[in-house]
Amino acid sequence: MAVRAGSFAKISNCPKGIGINARGWEAVSAMAQNGYSNLEHLIQDRQFVVTGELGPPKGWQRSEVEKKVELVRGVVDAVNVTDNQTAIVRMSSIAAGRMLVEAGLEPIIQITCRDRNRLGMQSDLLGAAALGMRNVLCLTGDHQSFGNHPTAKNVFDLDGIQLVEMVSHMRSKGVFQCGEAIEGGGPPFLVGAAANPFGDPFEFRPYRLAKKVAAGARFIQTQLVYDIPRFRKFMEQVVAMGLHEKVAILAGVGPLKSSGMARYMRDKVPGMIVDDYYVNEMEKAVANIPKEEKKARNEAWKKRGIELCIEQIGEIRQIPGVAGVHIMAIEWESALRPIVEGAGLLPRPTLN
Amino acid sequence: MIVAEQKPLAEIKSMLGEAKRVLVVGCGTCVTVCFAGGTKEVAVLASTLRMSTHLDSKETVVDEVVVQRQCEWEYIDPLLATLDQYDLVVSLGCGVGVQTLAERFPKIRVVPGLNTMFMGLPTKTGECEERCQACGNCVLDQTGGVCPISRCSKQLLNGPCGGSQNGKCEINQDVPCAWQLIWERLTNLGRQQELLKVQPPKDWSTSRNGGPRRIVREDLQLPEGYRD
Repeated sequence: MAVRAGSFAKISNCPKGIGINARGWEAVSAMAQNGYSNLEHLIQDRQFVVTGELGPPKGWQRSEVEKKVELVRGVVDAVNVTDNQTAIVRMSSIAAGRMLVEAGLEPIIQITCRDRNRLGMQSDLLGAAALGMRNVLCLTGDHQSFGNHPTAKNVFDLDGIQLVEMVSHMRSKGVFQCGEAIEGGGPPFLVGAAANPFGDPFEFRPYRLAKKVAAGARFIQTQLVYDIPRFRKFMEQVVAMGLHEKVAILAGVGPLKSSGMARYMRDKVPGMIVDDYYVNEMEKAVANIPKEEKKARNEAWKKRGIELCIEQIGEIRQIPGVAGVHIMAIEWESALRPIVEGAGLLPRPTLN
Repeated sequence: MIVAEQKPLAEIKSMLGEAKRVLVVGCGTCVTVCFAGGTKEVAVLASTLRMSTHLDSKETVVDEVVVQRQCEWEYIDPLLATLDQYDLVVSLGCGVGVQTLAERFPKIRVVPGLNTMFMGLPTKTGECEERCQACGNCVLDQTGGVCPISRCSKQLLNGPCGGSQNGKCEINQDVPCAWQLIWERLTNLGRQQELLKVQPPKDWSTSRNGGPRRIVREDLQLPEGYRD
């Protein structure tokens, strides 16, 4: 039986503070007994899955994670915890993920190939499993030149696909990458990966997805979809290849915060395509509000951003082969509830 | 070839210290081709150092010489006869050249005048690009002759990351995406199916990660008693 979101309701009231509290361990042992993740059961059950994202703080305060936890509770099925996203140092995804487990939420631990070699990654993964984490999203990782330590040495001992295969074999064969057995058997990780339908060469993208599936990925979260026709074309190919039968594809969506953000993502972010429609709609949202009225403009932007995100989800749900959505509300976790609610995806399912 | 570029003058000057007699040693091979340490660059650096130290009220003697190949004993050994006149050697060779001089002439201080950058080729006049990282385990047969180890910013072996767009790498619009090039080349050859195989983790033990490398060719070694 799966871990039920509802079964953690009591645990959510656990006392806060430094250290691991008794109720936190209850959550872990419940997870450990049940083995596989709730997300895995929902995927198997062919539910339309909703995942969210939580960025750990650029500091060590538990309260920063705990605040965000309350914003995503009950809204999504599992929560990505990012791993030094955009190559900026933050609290480790596994440490923050542990706080989610203690709070009764299900984390998806992101792990990139940039900062650790195969030894470091496997040892961290064993720790993550011991601390109750069951979902792993395997990523290549942004280059360190984007982040706050651009003079660092990168690792890339493995690439993203090799990481998928390594974690997948840890689970299915109970072995480390070198082939030696893992004591006590393989950790029951649900292995996920990312896909970018907006990167080039476009013709290769479905094949790259196929390689990730062949390497053992069971779920895929895509780059933010702001170009629905191109995403539809990508999915047509994916469905033609039968990949949607083998892997749950969660389309990436996210609310825009301002027209500036929309323009920036359209013009500056490598690997993204933003349709002018979204830029125009965000500009229209503040067309009648003078520039000095910053608060009013921000509110108008946020309102329209959430509406557009709901609209995106509605369109994406119609695309054959899509098994769910991954909502990236970057540093705006409070937007998750209105989006999921607005898209008619509440309450989230629990499994019996 | 090995591609290098000259260090800033201030840095080279700071390495001179109190040296009164300096020999600038160029190299007639790779760094001549990339205009970093050939006859002309040696002459320009030597006269710049002469003028600059003169302006600093120091009468530093700066002489110059270019050897055919700074990375082989036989080409640098003739320098030995004159070296006792100098208290510092500025090498305008690559890092191998600097070390060959330092190893062969332990009594004199040798400093680098170049930063050794990479193994590559001149792609057009005034531009060189990296092509090989000497990983010791060549995969060019799998990648259409385009090296993902030296040319992909993340050294990926299974295709482009999500940051590849319009043929460019995510780190810089001036950097072509290696995997775009690999895809195009293999597509042109009708061999793109080869990219569908999941390539396993690379054995990095043959690269610098395995420690300093050495090749021993017994078939080329001289029998006991013969001089090298």
